[in-house]
Amino acid sequence: MSAAWTTVALIGVATVAIKASGPLLAGGRGLPGPLAGVVQLLAPVLLAALVATQALAGDGRLVLDERAAGVAAAGVVVALRAPVLAAVAVAALVTALLRLAG
Amino acid sequence: MAVLLFGVSFGVLARSSGFGALPALVMSATTFAGSSQFAAVSVLGADGTIAAAVGAAVLLNARYAAMGLAAAPSFRGRRLRRLLESQLVVDEAWALSSRDGRFDRRLLVGAGLLLYAAWVVGTGLGVAMGTALGDPESLGLDAAFPALFLALLVRQLESRRAALAALAGAAIALALVPPASPGLPVIAATAACLIGLRRAREPA
Repeated sequence: MSAAWTTVALIGVATVAIKASGPLLAGGRGLPGPLAGVVQLLAPVLLAALVATQALAGDGRLVLDERAAGVAAAGVVVALRAPVLAAVAVAALVTALLRLAG
Repeated sequence: MAVLLFGVSFGVLARSSGFGALPALVMSATTFAGSSQFAAVSVLGADGTIAAAVGAAVLLNARYAAMGLAAAPSFRGRRLRRLLESQLVVDEAWALSSRDGRFDRRLLVGAGLLLYAAWVVGTGLGVAMGTALGDPESLGLDAAFPALFLALLVRQLESRRAALAALAGAAIALALVPPASPGLPVIAATAACLIGLRRAREPA
Protein backbone atom coordinates (compact mmCIF):
# COMPACT_ATOMS: atom_id res chain seq x y z
CA MET A 1 0.00 0.00 0.00
CA SER A 2 1.35 3.44 -0.89
CA ALA A 3 1.98 6.12 1.69
CA ALA A 4 -1.06 8.02 0.46
CA TRP A 5 -3.46 5.11 0.92
CA THR A 6 -2.04 4.20 4.33
CA THR A 7 -2.46 7.79 5.42
CA VAL A 8 -6.02 7.96 4.07
CA ALA A 9 -7.00 4.76 5.90
CA LEU A 10 -5.43 5.71 9.24
CA ILE A 11 -6.80 9.25 9.26
CA GLY A 12 -10.21 8.08 8.11
CA VAL A 13 -10.57 5.56 10.92
CA ALA A 14 -9.18 7.97 13.51
CA THR A 15 -11.47 10.80 12.45
CA VAL A 16 -14.60 8.65 12.51
CA ALA A 17 -13.68 7.48 15.99
CA ILE A 18 -12.96 11.00 17.20
CA LYS A 19 -16.22 12.40 15.87
CA ALA A 20 -18.26 9.48 17.18
CA SER A 21 -16.76 9.53 20.66
CA GLY A 22 -18.89 12.38 22.00
CA PRO A 23 -22.38 11.31 20.91
CA LEU A 24 -21.71 7.61 21.58
CA LEU A 25 -20.51 8.29 25.09
CA ALA A 26 -23.49 10.59 25.52
CA GLY A 27 -24.49 11.02 29.08
CA GLY A 28 -20.95 12.20 29.76
CA ARG A 29 -20.80 15.81 30.79
CA GLY A 30 -17.93 16.89 28.64
CA LEU A 31 -14.22 16.72 29.20
CA PRO A 32 -12.90 17.33 32.71
CA GLY A 33 -11.95 20.96 33.18
CA PRO A 34 -8.17 20.93 32.75
CA LEU A 35 -8.32 18.64 29.72
CA ALA A 36 -11.04 20.73 28.08
CA GLY A 37 -8.82 23.78 28.41
CA VAL A 38 -6.01 21.98 26.59
CA VAL A 39 -8.20 20.54 23.83
CA GLN A 40 -9.74 23.93 23.22
CA LEU A 41 -6.32 25.30 22.33
CA LEU A 42 -5.41 22.49 19.93
CA ALA A 43 -7.04 24.06 16.88
CA PRO A 44 -5.53 27.57 17.20
CA VAL A 45 -2.09 26.21 18.09
CA LEU A 46 -2.00 23.71 15.22
CA LEU A 47 -3.28 26.24 12.73
CA ALA A 48 -0.67 28.76 13.87
CA ALA A 49 2.08 26.17 13.55
CA LEU A 50 0.88 25.26 10.06
CA VAL A 51 0.78 28.89 8.98
CA ALA A 52 4.28 29.53 10.32
CA THR A 53 5.89 26.45 8.80
CA GLN A 54 4.12 26.66 5.45
CA ALA A 55 4.85 30.36 5.06
CA LEU A 56 8.43 30.41 6.32
CA ALA A 57 9.94 26.94 6.04
CA GLY A 58 11.18 24.93 3.10
CA ASP A 59 13.64 22.06 2.73
CA GLY A 60 14.38 22.00 6.44
CA ARG A 61 15.30 25.63 6.82
CA LEU A 62 13.66 28.99 7.24
CA VAL A 63 13.12 30.96 4.04
CA LEU A 64 11.73 34.40 3.41
CA ASP A 65 10.45 34.53 -0.16
CA GLU A 66 7.51 35.52 -2.38
CA ARG A 67 5.33 32.98 -0.57
CA ALA A 68 5.88 34.65 2.80
CA ALA A 69 5.03 38.02 1.20
CA GLY A 70 1.81 36.55 -0.18
CA VAL A 71 0.80 35.16 3.21
CA ALA A 72 1.62 38.50 4.85
CA ALA A 73 -0.65 40.22 2.32
CA ALA A 74 -3.36 37.73 3.23
CA GLY A 75 -2.83 38.69 6.87
CA VAL A 76 -3.67 42.29 6.00
CA VAL A 77 -6.81 41.14 4.18
CA VAL A 78 -7.84 39.04 7.20
CA ALA A 79 -7.24 41.99 9.51
CA LEU A 80 -9.66 43.99 7.36
CA ARG A 81 -12.29 41.34 8.13
CA ALA A 82 -12.64 40.34 4.48
CA PRO A 83 -13.98 36.87 3.62
CA VAL A 84 -11.67 33.87 3.88
CA LEU A 85 -11.65 33.35 0.13
CA ALA A 86 -10.49 36.93 -0.46
CA ALA A 87 -7.48 36.33 1.78
CA VAL A 88 -6.63 33.10 -0.04
CA ALA A 89 -6.96 34.76 -3.44
CA VAL A 90 -4.78 37.72 -2.41
CA ALA A 91 -2.07 35.38 -1.11
CA ALA A 92 -1.93 33.44 -4.37
CA LEU A 93 -2.11 36.59 -6.51
CA VAL A 94 0.63 38.50 -4.65
CA THR A 95 2.91 35.46 -4.66
CA ALA A 96 2.33 34.76 -8.35
CA LEU A 97 2.90 38.40 -9.33
CA LEU A 98 6.10 38.67 -7.28
CA ARG A 99 7.43 35.50 -8.90
CA LEU A 100 6.53 36.87 -12.30
CA ALA A 101 8.41 40.09 -11.50
CA GLY A 102 11.38 38.34 -9.91
CA MET B 1 -20.03 27.61 -2.06
CA ALA B 2 -16.84 28.40 -0.18
CA VAL B 3 -16.56 24.77 0.86
CA LEU B 4 -16.88 23.71 -2.79
CA LEU B 5 -13.91 25.93 -3.65
CA PHE B 6 -11.91 24.60 -0.69
CA GLY B 7 -12.68 21.12 -1.98
CA VAL B 8 -11.34 22.14 -5.38
CA SER B 9 -8.20 23.54 -3.78
CA PHE B 10 -7.74 20.36 -1.75
CA GLY B 11 -7.95 18.33 -4.94
CA VAL B 12 -5.42 20.62 -6.62
CA LEU B 13 -3.05 20.41 -3.65
CA ALA B 14 -3.33 16.62 -3.57
CA ARG B 15 -2.53 16.39 -7.28
CA SER B 16 0.35 18.86 -7.19
CA SER B 17 1.96 17.28 -4.13
CA GLY B 18 1.89 13.82 -5.69
CA PHE B 19 -0.72 12.45 -3.29
CA GLY B 20 -2.79 11.02 -6.14
CA ALA B 21 -6.31 11.70 -7.36
CA LEU B 22 -8.12 8.64 -6.05
CA PRO B 23 -6.65 8.72 -2.52
CA ALA B 24 -7.64 12.39 -2.30
CA LEU B 25 -11.20 11.66 -3.35
CA VAL B 26 -11.56 8.70 -1.00
CA MET B 27 -10.09 10.79 1.80
CA SER B 28 -12.65 13.55 1.32
CA ALA B 29 -15.45 10.98 1.30
CA THR B 30 -14.27 9.13 4.40
CA THR B 31 -12.58 11.76 6.52
CA PHE B 32 -14.59 14.95 5.87
CA ALA B 33 -12.40 17.25 7.95
CA GLY B 34 -10.80 19.74 5.62
CA SER B 35 -8.00 21.24 7.68
CA SER B 36 -6.67 17.82 8.74
CA GLN B 37 -6.71 16.66 5.13
CA PHE B 38 -4.81 19.75 4.00
CA ALA B 39 -2.34 19.22 6.82
CA ALA B 40 -1.75 15.53 6.13
CA VAL B 41 -1.26 16.06 2.40
CA SER B 42 1.07 19.00 3.07
CA VAL B 43 3.19 16.97 5.49
CA LEU B 44 3.49 14.07 3.04
CA GLY B 45 4.17 16.52 0.21
CA ALA B 46 7.06 17.96 2.22
CA ASP B 47 8.56 14.46 2.53
CA GLY B 48 7.24 13.99 6.04
CA THR B 49 6.58 10.49 7.36
CA ILE B 50 3.19 8.80 7.45
CA ALA B 51 3.31 8.98 11.25
CA ALA B 52 3.85 12.74 11.15
CA ALA B 53 1.01 13.22 8.65
CA VAL B 54 -1.43 11.08 10.64
CA GLY B 55 -0.30 12.62 13.93
CA ALA B 56 -0.88 16.16 12.67
CA ALA B 57 -4.31 15.24 11.29
CA VAL B 58 -5.42 13.45 14.46
CA LEU B 59 -4.32 16.33 16.67
CA LEU B 60 -6.05 18.79 14.37
CA ASN B 61 -9.25 16.74 14.55
CA ALA B 62 -9.13 16.34 18.32
CA ARG B 63 -11.32 19.43 18.55
CA TYR B 64 -14.17 17.39 17.03
CA ALA B 65 -14.17 15.22 20.13
CA ALA B 66 -14.88 18.34 22.16
CA MET B 67 -17.46 19.61 19.65
CA GLY B 68 -19.12 16.20 19.51
CA LEU B 69 -19.35 16.10 23.30
CA ALA B 70 -20.87 19.55 23.35
CA ALA B 71 -23.47 18.60 20.74
CA ALA B 72 -24.05 15.09 22.12
CA PRO B 73 -27.29 15.85 23.98
CA SER B 74 -28.86 17.01 20.70
CA PHE B 75 -28.40 13.73 18.88
CA ARG B 76 -31.34 11.36 19.06
CA GLY B 77 -32.15 7.78 18.27
CA ARG B 78 -30.15 4.61 18.02
CA ARG B 79 -26.42 4.30 18.29
CA LEU B 80 -25.96 3.80 14.55
CA ARG B 81 -27.95 6.92 13.75
CA ARG B 82 -26.07 8.93 16.34
CA LEU B 83 -22.82 7.60 14.95
CA LEU B 84 -23.70 8.59 11.38
CA GLU B 85 -24.98 12.02 12.36
CA SER B 86 -21.93 12.68 14.49
CA GLN B 87 -19.79 12.34 11.35
CA LEU B 88 -21.46 15.48 9.98
CA VAL B 89 -19.94 17.61 12.72
CA VAL B 90 -17.53 20.01 11.03
CA ASP B 91 -16.58 23.52 12.10
CA GLU B 92 -19.12 25.32 9.93
CA ALA B 93 -22.10 23.04 10.63
CA TRP B 94 -21.31 23.00 14.34
CA ALA B 95 -20.97 26.76 14.59
CA LEU B 96 -24.09 27.33 12.50
CA SER B 97 -26.34 25.11 14.59
CA SER B 98 -25.13 26.38 17.94
CA ARG B 99 -27.76 28.36 19.83
CA ASP B 100 -26.88 29.55 23.33
CA GLY B 101 -25.07 26.39 24.29
CA ARG B 102 -27.68 24.10 22.72
CA PHE B 103 -27.66 22.62 19.24
CA ASP B 104 -30.32 22.48 16.55
CA ARG B 105 -30.00 18.90 15.34
CA ARG B 106 -31.87 19.42 12.07
CA LEU B 107 -29.75 22.42 11.20
CA LEU B 108 -26.58 20.53 12.14
CA VAL B 109 -27.49 17.52 10.00
CA GLY B 110 -28.83 19.60 7.10
CA ALA B 111 -25.81 21.88 6.96
CA GLY B 112 -23.50 18.91 7.46
CA LEU B 113 -24.99 17.01 4.50
CA LEU B 114 -24.77 20.06 2.22
CA LEU B 115 -21.18 20.71 3.25
CA TYR B 116 -20.31 17.06 2.74
CA ALA B 117 -21.70 17.04 -0.81
CA ALA B 118 -19.90 20.27 -1.68
CA TRP B 119 -16.65 19.00 -0.17
CA VAL B 120 -16.60 15.72 -2.09
CA VAL B 121 -17.73 17.26 -5.40
CA GLY B 122 -15.17 20.05 -4.99
CA THR B 123 -12.38 17.57 -4.39
CA GLY B 124 -13.41 15.70 -7.53
CA LEU B 125 -13.28 18.89 -9.59
CA GLY B 126 -9.92 19.77 -8.06
CA VAL B 127 -8.21 16.50 -8.84
CA ALA B 128 -9.67 16.62 -12.35
CA MET B 129 -8.39 20.14 -12.97
CA GLY B 130 -5.15 19.71 -11.09
CA THR B 131 -2.92 19.13 -14.06
CA ALA B 132 -4.82 21.52 -16.34
CA LEU B 133 -4.01 24.43 -14.04
CA GLY B 134 -0.29 24.21 -14.67
CA ASP B 135 2.56 24.78 -12.24
CA PRO B 136 1.06 25.45 -8.79
CA GLU B 137 4.08 27.52 -7.77
CA SER B 138 3.74 29.97 -10.63
CA LEU B 139 0.10 30.40 -9.61
CA GLY B 140 1.09 31.14 -6.04
CA LEU B 141 -0.94 28.19 -4.75
CA ASP B 142 1.72 27.34 -2.17
CA ALA B 143 0.87 30.64 -0.48
CA ALA B 144 -2.88 30.01 -0.72
CA PHE B 145 -2.91 27.23 1.86
CA PRO B 146 -1.08 28.98 4.69
CA ALA B 147 -3.34 31.95 3.93
CA LEU B 148 -6.37 29.71 4.33
CA PHE B 149 -5.05 28.41 7.65
CA LEU B 150 -4.35 31.97 8.75
CA ALA B 151 -7.92 33.04 8.00
CA LEU B 152 -9.28 30.01 9.87
CA LEU B 153 -6.91 30.67 12.73
CA VAL B 154 -8.14 34.22 13.27
CA ARG B 155 -11.66 32.87 13.87
CA GLN B 156 -10.28 30.68 16.65
CA LEU B 157 -8.63 33.50 18.54
CA GLU B 158 -11.55 34.45 20.73
CA SER B 159 -9.46 34.75 23.87
CA ARG B 160 -6.10 36.17 24.90
CA ARG B 161 -5.09 32.72 26.01
CA ALA B 162 -5.78 31.30 22.54
CA ALA B 163 -3.73 34.06 20.92
CA LEU B 164 -0.87 33.45 23.34
CA ALA B 165 -0.94 29.72 22.72
CA ALA B 166 -1.05 30.24 18.96
CA LEU B 167 1.99 32.53 19.07
CA ALA B 168 3.87 30.07 21.26
CA GLY B 169 2.94 27.22 18.94
CA ALA B 170 4.17 29.10 15.87
CA ALA B 171 7.43 29.95 17.64
CA ILE B 172 8.02 26.33 18.70
CA ALA B 173 7.33 25.08 15.18
CA LEU B 174 9.70 27.58 13.54
CA ALA B 175 12.45 26.91 16.06
CA LEU B 176 12.27 23.20 15.28
CA VAL B 177 12.25 23.51 11.48
CA PRO B 178 16.03 23.27 11.02
CA PRO B 179 16.76 20.35 13.39
CA ALA B 180 13.61 18.20 13.11
CA SER B 181 12.20 16.17 10.23
CA PRO B 182 9.19 17.57 8.32
CA GLY B 183 5.88 17.36 10.15
CA LEU B 184 7.42 17.08 13.59
CA PRO B 185 7.63 20.83 14.27
CA VAL B 186 3.85 21.11 13.86
CA ILE B 187 3.22 18.27 16.29
CA ALA B 188 5.74 19.56 18.83
CA ALA B 189 3.99 22.93 18.68
CA THR B 190 1.01 21.41 20.49
CA ALA B 191 3.05 21.63 23.68
CA ALA B 192 1.81 25.23 23.65
CA CYS B 193 -1.66 23.87 24.45
CA LEU B 194 -0.47 23.24 27.99
CA ILE B 195 -1.10 26.94 28.53
CA GLY B 196 -4.70 25.74 28.76
CA LEU B 197 -3.94 23.85 31.95
CA ARG B 198 -3.01 26.90 33.92
CA ARG B 199 -6.11 28.95 33.38
CA ALA B 200 -8.43 25.98 33.79
CA ARG B 201 -7.23 25.38 37.35
CA GLU B 202 -8.10 28.88 38.40
CA PRO B 203 -11.68 29.43 39.50
CA ALA B 204 -13.68 31.05 36.73
